[in-house]
Amino acid sequence: MSTRLAKGGRLINRDRPLGIRFDGRWMRAYQGDTLASALLANGQLVMGRSFKYHRPRSVMACGPEEPNALMGIGQGGRFEPNRRATQQIVYEGLEARSQNAWPSLDFDIGRVNDWGARFLPAGFYYKTFLAPRPFWKHVFEPFIRRAAGLGAAPAEPDEDRYEYTYAHCDTLVVGGGIAGLLAARAASERGERVVLVEQAAHWGGRAPVDGVVIDDLPADVWVKNAMEVLEKAENVTMLPHCEGSGVYDHGYVLCNESLTDHIAEKAGPRQRVWRVRAKHVVTATGAIERPLAFPGNDRPGVVLASALRDYVVNYGVSLGDRTVIVTNNDDAYRTALALLEAGLQVPAIIDARGAADSTLVNEVRGLGVNVHLERGIAKVIGGDTITGVAVCLQAGEGAVLQEIGCDCIAMSGGWSPVVHLWSHCGGKLNWDEARAMFYPDPTRPPTDGNGEGFVTPIGAASGALTTAEVLANVAETMDIAAPATEAETPAPLAPIWMMPQGAGPELRAKMWLDYQNDVKVSDLRLAAQEGFESVEHAKRYTTLGMATDQGKLSNINGLAVLADRLDESIPKVGTTTFRPPYTPVTIGALAGEAKGDLFQPIRRTPLHDWHDANGAYWEPVGQWRRPYCYPKPGESHADAVAREVKNTRQSLGILDASTLGKLLVRGPDAARFLDMVYTNMMSSLKPGRCRYGLMCDENGFLMDDGVVARIDDQTFLCHTTSGGAEHIHIWMEDWLQCEWWDWKVHVVNLTEQFAQIALVGPSARNVLEALGGMDVSAGALPFMGWVEGRLGDFNVKVYRISFSGELSYEIAVPANQAQALWMALLEAGVADDITPYGTEALHVMRAEKGFVMIGDETDGTVIPQDLGLDWAVSKKKDDFLGKRGQQRAEFQKPDRWKLVGLETLDGSVLEDGAYAIADGTNDNGQTNTQGRVTSTYYSPTLERGIAMGLVANGPQRMGEVIKFTRIGKDPVAARIVSPVFYDPDGEKQNV
Amino acid sequence: MSDISVTALPPLGMITLRGDLVLLAKAVAKVTGCAKPDQRLSTTSNGCRLIWMSPDEYMLVCDHIDVADITAKISVALQKEFATIADVSDARAAFDLAGTEAQVALSRLVPVDFAAMAPTEVRRTRMAQVPAALWREGQGWRVICFRSVSRYAEDLLRNAART
Amino acid sequence: MLLLTCPNCGLSVEETELAPGGEAHVKREGPESSDPAFEEYLFLRDNAKGVHFERWRHAYGCGKWFLAARDTATLEVFGTYSAQTLEPPAHILDRIRERKDG
Repeated sequence: MSTRLAKGGRLINRDRPLGIRFDGRWMRAYQGDTLASALLANGQLVMGRSFKYHRPRSVMACGPEEPNALMGIGQGGRFEPNRRATQQIVYEGLEARSQNAWPSLDFDIGRVNDWGARFLPAGFYYKTFLAPRPFWKHVFEPFIRRAAGLGAAPAEPDEDRYEYTYAHCDTLVVGGGIAGLLAARAASERGERVVLVEQAAHWGGRAPVDGVVIDDLPADVWVKNAMEVLEKAENVTMLPHCEGSGVYDHGYVLCNESLTDHIAEKAGPRQRVWRVRAKHVVTATGAIERPLAFPGNDRPGVVLASALRDYVVNYGVSLGDRTVIVTNNDDAYRTALALLEAGLQVPAIIDARGAADSTLVNEVRGLGVNVHLERGIAKVIGGDTITGVAVCLQAGEGAVLQEIGCDCIAMSGGWSPVVHLWSHCGGKLNWDEARAMFYPDPTRPPTDGNGEGFVTPIGAASGALTTAEVLANVAETMDIAAPATEAETPAPLAPIWMMPQGAGPELRAKMWLDYQNDVKVSDLRLAAQEGFESVEHAKRYTTLGMATDQGKLSNINGLAVLADRLDESIPKVGTTTFRPPYTPVTIGALAGEAKGDLFQPIRRTPLHDWHDANGAYWEPVGQWRRPYCYPKPGESHADAVAREVKNTRQSLGILDASTLGKLLVRGPDAARFLDMVYTNMMSSLKPGRCRYGLMCDENGFLMDDGVVARIDDQTFLCHTTSGGAEHIHIWMEDWLQCEWWDWKVHVVNLTEQFAQIALVGPSARNVLEALGGMDVSAGALPFMGWVEGRLGDFNVKVYRISFSGELSYEIAVPANQAQALWMALLEAGVADDITPYGTEALHVMRAEKGFVMIGDETDGTVIPQDLGLDWAVSKKKDDFLGKRGQQRAEFQKPDRWKLVGLETLDGSVLEDGAYAIADGTNDNGQTNTQGRVTSTYYSPTLERGIAMGLVANGPQRMGEVIKFTRIGKDPVAARIVSPVFYDPDGEKQNV
Repeated sequence: MSDISVTALPPLGMITLRGDLVLLAKAVAKVTGCAKPDQRLSTTSNGCRLIWMSPDEYMLVCDHIDVADITAKISVALQKEFATIADVSDARAAFDLAGTEAQVALSRLVPVDFAAMAPTEVRRTRMAQVPAALWREGQGWRVICFRSVSRYAEDLLRNAART
Repeated sequence: MLLLTCPNCGLSVEETELAPGGEAHVKREGPESSDPAFEEYLFLRDNAKGVHFERWRHAYGCGKWFLAARDTATLEVFGTYSAQTLEPPAHILDRIRERKDG
């Protein structure tokens, strides 16, 4: 049984007891405990259930590589699933829940999956998808849905907030073990800006646990001294609780700092993602111990040897009183020393190697521990708790030689450098045959913008496994003197990928490679047998190394089994791709500040607050918010739109048109330039006059439209669509900077400088005259004219243009005065029943007049000629953007879909986007089409549905009745008519 | 706790100047006294700040009330040149950040290496999801952005200043 | 995420401050051009794996366009240069040769 030891635990403070709750049960822990160590201290060995078979599982590791002990932490808006108990620091009141167990951790019905394990082999899902459909629906799906997934997704919105921070440095050191500390100090002493991050709460890594001595000082003391130096250095930023998560191009590294996950007080941001730009990245990420594949190696109580050492030394907890150690290398012998030192028993060390002669091994032997060479484990004995192991010959098929009583098994299959960060951005690996591990190839690093390597692995992450090797490696890499330590000569490791070597199918089906995903030796062999020979295919077929493992524990063992089955070498089989993040990052952290009001910028016009205060129903138009309509109490949106349209047509409406793009185009070549970017002739426009213009891309497709006003000989103001302001500005600058850079033209985007207010309707002139100061009579300011001057108390430009067909003025005023002008106009318009109207009334009125709208009538495949706008495409100009494109054969075809008006015979409103049905079907058996609806509205003016659409050869088919689709209903008949439904002669706007 | 204050400023005068920088600088110097700023830098004189915006653009920041006068004078000086002078005072919003941690707050929003920024440098950059420009003003920082996103910008700055 | 130096303002900035503009040095074909020439201009791009000349705009900064020579496979940047050029300048070509052959 796991328990707290009477003494020991360098990271816990026994004077600070804490209460935590696990599955509703209060438990006692100490400050400094991880959730895993606290649970062990309370005798809670089982911490989760496996993914597929729901087998009971305990901790396998003591750090981020832990596959089993995943917990739901917190409650309500602070609940998060899948946190590794080995990394979760406890605090007073911590709430933890076990996962993937139903109804309880101790008794889990899903365990039947285990007894039926032979029905859930590798590729189970894929094979199941081939099953007959009813079987899938009624049997497999409900079953899989119940069983699948790790933790439950949080049900409530995340209560916490998160933030990003940008950091720039010369050297980023990832990992605060002895290698990282030494490297950071070296970089600091060279005067570099250094950021040092460490995923754990404490510094120093494994060295203090392993009893390392550096410069004649115990590692703990050496680390403390190193820390003091770094903390004093002004050029070093040290971040504990901060994981190096991913390395990206050109020295970009994401690090995730946990701010409140480990404390009870949840004030301030929970996590901070550091977006680090480093000239150089030093990965001091250490190494991870590999499990051994023997039958029953997933049982609670089987643990990595180094992890057991960590639990005993760091937290003063044990998994059992009698621990059998099974290994293929020397390092596990350190665990024997740590256990004996803590007063625990080590009945035997089962060493698969033929020989083990080293100082360390002999020291352990000297303490009276029985070492069984050339042996392996054939079976783990016991029911819910381990009572012993059955020992066999490693070289045999598993015949039991003897049984040894124990309640814990510590295993070591050797060490693998943590190469994730090195590999994220393309660093390549070599295979070390002797140590059976992949390590970074220093000659093939990830490269930066200069083509130089920008990541340097050091210490264990580089493949240096003993302390002496680590210090020598850092010294050489950082060009400093190596601290003194005792050199070791471990006995060679024996690459053991399966124990025993000749295990038959029955034993192989009990050897776990990937604990989290329940992938066993038998699954990998089956995958190879079924042809999934590429490591990437085998991974996906078996799910080896998926989910949070990402190649940490399972990778090498899995590759080795695959290689063995394929009779290939391990480097030939290769590894799967290491992708960021190193451990899962919560979505909230990646969103950073972008939630709630800050989710995305909302653009507000200078009149936004007035609209808001006056009941505007908002419509998003790109990032802008524009009033769709202003419903009065009890009024539907449709009623409000109808009222706004009628009132505007009968008397007076007012519209906030501030979102319109306003580009000042100025210079000696301005007219020539506009002749190129518009399809019409702009150079012939007279100062004081306006002209409606079209812009096409080089394909010839209509891209934007708007009214151009000529200010003076060299100056134009080009209005664009609301959505077009930025990209048309960019478009113009592109041509000026990259094609016609000798032309003398400036473009200044004045969109936000001016508010624009449209005053629309028969009474519009009265109101302007009431404000006074400006002659707006038909003679002084005719249709398509503009004037600049003083209107009431305001400096304005007034454009007499109309998008509604009514007498209409658009008044531009500096944005800060918009509100005052708007109020003045409202006041002056009271007698004429002035009515603010929104975008929908604007749309209805423009559709009644047959005016096209970019984005409705156009979709990036429509040329002006398709819309009957030939009149706005100059035939005199030699060149303009889009001219060549429009000459292409496709656009000359007589059956192109062209703009027409559409009237249903029954007066109903056509569905938006509805297709016009043609005879017959296409090759796919779909009904042929001959057109589609582009704009469709109920016209309050005409009191029936009106629509515009593109119909094959439409303008030549006036009066013809064709049918349009309706969703869920029979098609509806509509007559092809002129798109101008209202005031076809334009008498109303030209008064 | 944070000691950062975020203040939304009343409208500043801002004038965009496009053209040959030597000619522009000469005209501006005559009117405001501001010397010619080098690439990315700014110069100040008589309450005005002349900011290098791009190889053919300056922005002159001044009191809102002086815009018409300064614009007129510069326009006269550049009458015969290929130059464009535009009042853009109403197109942008400005904020001041004060406090010892102000720069830390900004570093949560902009990908800027502040250590590499010259004292009078004006950094045009991306602030979370919108364009912004920032420079050192007195003991603190001044941030400008387009007016349509000023509430977003203010919310961003206040949020970043919270910790 | 790339870092590129904008030659117009001299700043090394990250990709999020820039906007990409596709292949550089594409010659515009106007109304008199043949169908194949126009097709080449409008649709056909090298899409090189390796050295690539490309357009970038310093969107969140000075707003100006510039050109970059970059290896699309290794992301090495051989240099950035003015958009007001018809072909890559000699020092950029030298740098590419030096890095590729050297």
